[in-house]
Amino acid sequence: YRKPELIQTFIYCDISQNSDRLLIKGGKIVNDDQSFCADIYMEDGVIKQIGESLIVPGGVKTIDAHGRMLMPGGIDTHTRFQMPDRGMVSADDFYQGTKAALGGGTTMIIDHVVPEPGVSLITAFEQWREWADSKCCCDYSLHVDITEWHKGIQEDMEALVKDHGVNSFLVYLAYKDVFQLTDAQVYEVFSVIRDLGAIAQVHAENGDIVAEEQQKILEQGITGPEGHVLSRPEEVEAEAVNRSVTVANQTNCPLYITKVMSKSAADVIAQARKKGTVVYGEPIAASLGTDGSHYWSKNWAKAAAYVTSPPLSPDPTTPDYLNSLLSCGDLQVTGSAHCPFNTAQRAVGKDDFSLIPEGVNGTEERMSIIWDKCVVTGKMDENQFVGVTSTNAAKIFNLYPRKGRIAVGSDADLVLWDPDVTKIISAKTHHSTVEYNIFEGTEVRGGPLVVISQGKIVLEEGNIHATEGSGRFVARKPFPDYVYKRIKARSRLAELRGVPRGLYDGPVCEVSVTPKTMTPSSSAKTSPAKQPNQPVRNLHQSGFSLSGAQVDDNIPRRSTQRIVAPPGGRANITNLG
Amino acid sequence: MSYQGKKNIPKITSDRLLVKGGRIVNDDQSFHGDIYMEDGIIKQIGDNLIVPGGVKTVEANGKMVIPGGIDIHTHFQMPYRGTTTVDDFAQGSKAALAGGTTMIVDHVIPDPGCSLMEAYDQWRQWADEKTCCDYSLHVDITHWNDSVKQEVDTLIKEKGVNSFQVYMAYKDYYQMSNSELYDVFTFLAERGGIAEVHAENGEIIAEEQARMLQMGITGPEGHVLSRPEELEAEAVFRAITIASQTNCPLYVTRVMSKSAADIISQARKKGNVVFGEPITASLGTDGTHYWSKNWAKAASFVTSPPLSPDPTTPDYLNTLLSSGDLSVTGSAHCTFSVAQKAIGKDDFTQIPEGLNGVEERMSLVWDKAVTSGKMDENMFVAVTSTNAAKILNLYPRKGRIAVGSDADLVIWDTDCIRTITAKTHNSAAEYNVFEGMELRGAPQVVICQGKIVLEDGNMHIIAGVGRFIPCSPFPDFAYKRIKARKQLAVLRAVPRGMYDGPVSEFSMSRGGTPSASARTSPTKQPVRNLHQSGFSLAGNPALCGPATPDDIPIRPAGRRIVVPPGGRSNITSLS
Repeated sequence: YRKPELIQTFIYCDISQNSDRLLIKGGKIVNDDQSFCADIYMEDGVIKQIGESLIVPGGVKTIDAHGRMLMPGGIDTHTRFQMPDRGMVSADDFYQGTKAALGGGTTMIIDHVVPEPGVSLITAFEQWREWADSKCCCDYSLHVDITEWHKGIQEDMEALVKDHGVNSFLVYLAYKDVFQLTDAQVYEVFSVIRDLGAIAQVHAENGDIVAEEQQKILEQGITGPEGHVLSRPEEVEAEAVNRSVTVANQTNCPLYITKVMSKSAADVIAQARKKGTVVYGEPIAASLGTDGSHYWSKNWAKAAAYVTSPPLSPDPTTPDYLNSLLSCGDLQVTGSAHCPFNTAQRAVGKDDFSLIPEGVNGTEERMSIIWDKCVVTGKMDENQFVGVTSTNAAKIFNLYPRKGRIAVGSDADLVLWDPDVTKIISAKTHHSTVEYNIFEGTEVRGGPLVVISQGKIVLEEGNIHATEGSGRFVARKPFPDYVYKRIKARSRLAELRGVPRGLYDGPVCEVSVTPKTMTPSSSAKTSPAKQPNQPVRNLHQSGFSLSGAQVDDNIPRRSTQRIVAPPGGRANITNLG
Repeated sequence: MSYQGKKNIPKITSDRLLVKGGRIVNDDQSFHGDIYMEDGIIKQIGDNLIVPGGVKTVEANGKMVIPGGIDIHTHFQMPYRGTTTVDDFAQGSKAALAGGTTMIVDHVIPDPGCSLMEAYDQWRQWADEKTCCDYSLHVDITHWNDSVKQEVDTLIKEKGVNSFQVYMAYKDYYQMSNSELYDVFTFLAERGGIAEVHAENGEIIAEEQARMLQMGITGPEGHVLSRPEELEAEAVFRAITIASQTNCPLYVTRVMSKSAADIISQARKKGNVVFGEPITASLGTDGTHYWSKNWAKAASFVTSPPLSPDPTTPDYLNTLLSSGDLSVTGSAHCTFSVAQKAIGKDDFTQIPEGLNGVEERMSLVWDKAVTSGKMDENMFVAVTSTNAAKILNLYPRKGRIAVGSDADLVIWDTDCIRTITAKTHNSAAEYNVFEGMELRGAPQVVICQGKIVLEDGNMHIIAGVGRFIPCSPFPDFAYKRIKARKQLAVLRAVPRGMYDGPVSEFSMSRGGTPSASARTSPTKQPVRNLHQSGFSLAGNPALCGPATPDDIPIRPAGRRIVVPPGGRSNITSLS
C-alpha cells in the first residue's frame, strides 16, 4: 500500500471538482484481515489511493483522523424499511431508515422485498426498487422473499438472478397459511437456488407449532405481548433451524439463517458448521443487545415495541452468548431486521398479541452495540468487528471487495470510528420515527465520528447530511466464491451410482391393483414404475455403466466407488470433520 | 425375598413348575433362589420352598433365570397390498419364544381412512387365533380427525391400548403434518397415552427418491441413498420439539443411526421424557449390504429408517443402550419373502419394507452388549424386558421375577454359541439379515405362562394360547414427570391497564404479520371482558416486582410460570 499508482493521480489532478474528492489523513485503516496506518484519497465515490504522503490535487477537502480507526462502512444485511403490513407501512421509510443507518455508521443496507402471495416477484421487486430509488440515502441491495411456490416463481427467480442483480432469497418456515412453505417446497426452492448460484435464507420457526401455541395461549386468556414470546418458545426456532440445515445439506445449497434470536438456534448452527454444512447465522442488533424480559412490561406499548419473530429470548444470558458465538466465528454477519412500527400501529393487536405487527429497531444502533458488547469486552478485535459488521456480509452476498473493504478501487464507504465515545441510546435522540427504542437507556461505548458514503461526508460533528434518493441499487452476481467454492466442489463429488447387478429373474409376488401400499411410492410422479410399458431391460441398462469391477457378491464393502454415501462413510458429503 | 406359600392342594401337575438352583436376575439385582409357579403365576420365590409333591422341576444349575423378553415392536401377519408378511402370529411368536422372548407387542396398522377400532378387532382376531405367547398391541394413527380421536379415546379407556404410533414419513399416505402431530400429542398427553413416532422426514424422502430414480438408481442401494440418516435425525428433533411443547411422553421407534440416537440422548439430558428403541437389526448389522450384488440379499435389508451404511453404528447404538440413553429394544420383525420383495425389483421405492430380528434380539444384545462388557446382566434384563413393561404399564406383571408376576421366564445360557442362519431360523423368510453371525448367549429353557415351551432345543408350542394383555394409561414410568410438569406449566398473563391510545387502521385481508390463529382470536369479544376473564388480579400486585418503574424490565420474581424471564423457554430444561 505504499504510494500506489502515482501517475494516475496526476491525470485526475485538475479535472474533478473539489466536492467529489476527499482525503483522510493519519487514520488507522482497519480491514477484516489487518490494520495499518495510511492516508486515503477518494474521488467520485471510489477509493483511488491508499498510502503515505499521497500526491493529491490541491484544495482537496481533508479530514484529519488523528490516528483514529478508519473502517469500511457497515453493511446492514437485513432491513425492512417501508414494509407493507395489512394496509399499514412500517414506520421508517427508506429515507428515515437509511438516514438512521448512516447515523450509526452503516453505509449500505440490504432490504427484503416481501411479495404478497399471488403477486409476481418481479412486480414486487420493481415496486421496492421504485420506493428505494426515490428515497435511499445510501447504497442498497435487495433480498427477495419467496412467499409461495409454483412454476412462475421459479421463472421469476431466474430472471431476478440473471437480469436484476438479486442473489438471495428468503423462505419462511413460519406464518402458517400465509408465507409458510412445506418441507418439500423448501427442498425444491433450495434446489433452484443452488442451480442459480444464490443464497437460501430462512426465517426459521416452526409455523405449525406456533399456530397451535398461539391458539392455546389465547384460549388461556393471555392476550398481551407476553403471549407472543410464550407462543414462540426458542425450541421452535431451533427445530426449524435444524430442519432447514437438513434440507440444505440434502440439496447441497448454501444456507443463511436470518434473525438468530436464541442460544439453542445458534447452537444448532454452530454444530452444523462443525459438521461442514455451508450455513451462516445472522444475529440482529436486538438479539445481541437486549432480551425478551421486556415482554412482561406493564406498559403495553413498551412491551409491544419488542414484538418481533422469532422473539427475543426471555433468557437474559442470550445476548452475551450470541456475542460470544459471533466473536468465535460460529455466527458470521449481523443485521438489524429494522422494521419498527409506531405505537398506534402496534395497537392493532392490543387485544390479541398475534395481531401485533412485528419488528424492532436496530439499524442505527447495530455497530455501536457490537463494538460495546464484543470489542470493549475483549471478545473480538477491531478486525473481527469489521468482519461481522461489513466484510462477511459483502463476501456472502458477492459485493466484495467493492464493499466491505478499504482498498484501491473499492467504494468510498468509510467510517471514522471513535472507540471512546459513549452514548446513551434513547428514543428522544434516535433517527427512527418510532416512539420506543428497544435499547432505551443502554449506554454504549464506541460510535462513528465521521461517516463517508459514496465519497461524501454524510455524518460529521453529529450532523447528518443525507441526500434523499442518492442511494444506488447495487446489483449482486450469483455464485459468490466465499459461499460457492465449497458447494461446487461438493456437487462434483456428489455423483451417486447404482450397483450393477444381474437382472432379478426369480418369482415376483402379485400385487393387488388398489394401491394399499405399505411402502408408498411418494414419488410416483417421477417413478419409473409408472411407465410399466417400458421394457424391463431398458431400465437396467440406462441407469449406470457395467464397466466397473464385479467381484464382490459376498463382500458388501466396496472401496472404489465414488459415491456420496459409501459403505463405511456417513450418509452425506458435508461431514468433513 | 423368600416367601413361603400356603399349602396347596395338588391339582394337575402340568400347571405347576419349580425352577431350582437358578440365579434370578431382575433389572435391579441378582440373587439365588428357587421359583415355584402355578397357573402361570409365580407363587413363591426363595430357598427350600415348600411345594406340592410331584411337581415338575427344572434344574437351573446356577444358570441365570431372567424375565422373559418383551419384543416391543413386531409386525406379524401384516397385510401388504393384498399379501401378508410371511411370518404370521404363530410363526412369529414361535420364533420369538425360540429366542427367549415371551411377549410381543404388535402394531395395528389401519389403512388411512379406515376405522381404528375395526383394525384393532381384526388384529385381535388374528392374534388370538394364532399367538403362542402373550401379546399387546400398539395402534398406529394413520390419519387424524374427530372420529379417530373418539376411537383413540375408546381404545385407551376400554380396549387396553396405551401407545399410538404416528408417522412422519410416507408422504401422502401415513404422514402427518406438524399441526396434526401437535394435536395427537396433546390428546395423548391428556389421556395418558404414549406417543410413538416413526421418525423420518417424508417430504424430503419423496424428493430424494424422485431424484434417485431420475438418476437411474433403481436397486436397494437407492433406498438408503434416498433416506440419509440426517433425515431421521431431523424428524427425531422435530418430534421431540413437539412433544416438549405438548408435554407428552415420546417414544421413538426404530432408532437406526448414530445421529438420531444422539438427538435422543441430548434431549434426555435436557430433561425431555423420550424413549429410544433401537432394533435388533440396527444393533447387529449395518447398511453396507444394500450394495450387495445379490439383489435378493440387498432387498432383504430394506427397512425404514434404513440401516446405516456406517459400520460403526451398531457398536455406537449398543453403547448408548448400555448407558441408558436408549431405553428399550424391539425387533420391528416384519419379514417378506424374496418374491414379495421382488415387487420392487425395478424400483426400490416399491420394495416392501421390513426385516427379521424377533428370534435373534436377546442373543444379539447379550453378545454385543454384555459379552463385550458394555452392560451387566441386570441392565440386559432392563433393556430387553423390564423397561418395555414399565413403559407399557405392564410392570411388575411382566418384566420382573417376583411373586405375583406372570411365569414368563428364561433360563439363560451365557456360554452357548450359535451361528445365525436362515437354514435354521424359525422365520419363514429365505434371508436372515444376521446370516453367518456367531452369537454367544442363548436361552436354554423358556417358560411361558408357566409352561415349558423350549427345552433341550425342542419347542412345545400351541398356537392360540397367547393372551391379550391390556395396557392401562398413565404409566408411572413416563407420566410421573409429565404430571408434575403439568402442574407447573401454568401460564399467566401480565395484568396491565387497558391500552387506550390511538389504533391504526388495518385490513385483515393482507398479511405481513399474519394471524394464524385468527379463527379463535378473541378480538370479536368485547374488549373489557377479555381483560377481566383471562387472569386473576387477586392479591398479587406485589408479584410484579416491588415499585419497579414501568420502564425498567420487570422480572416477576415469585410467579410460577413456565417461561419466567431469565429462565429457559421450556419446562423440560431441568439442568
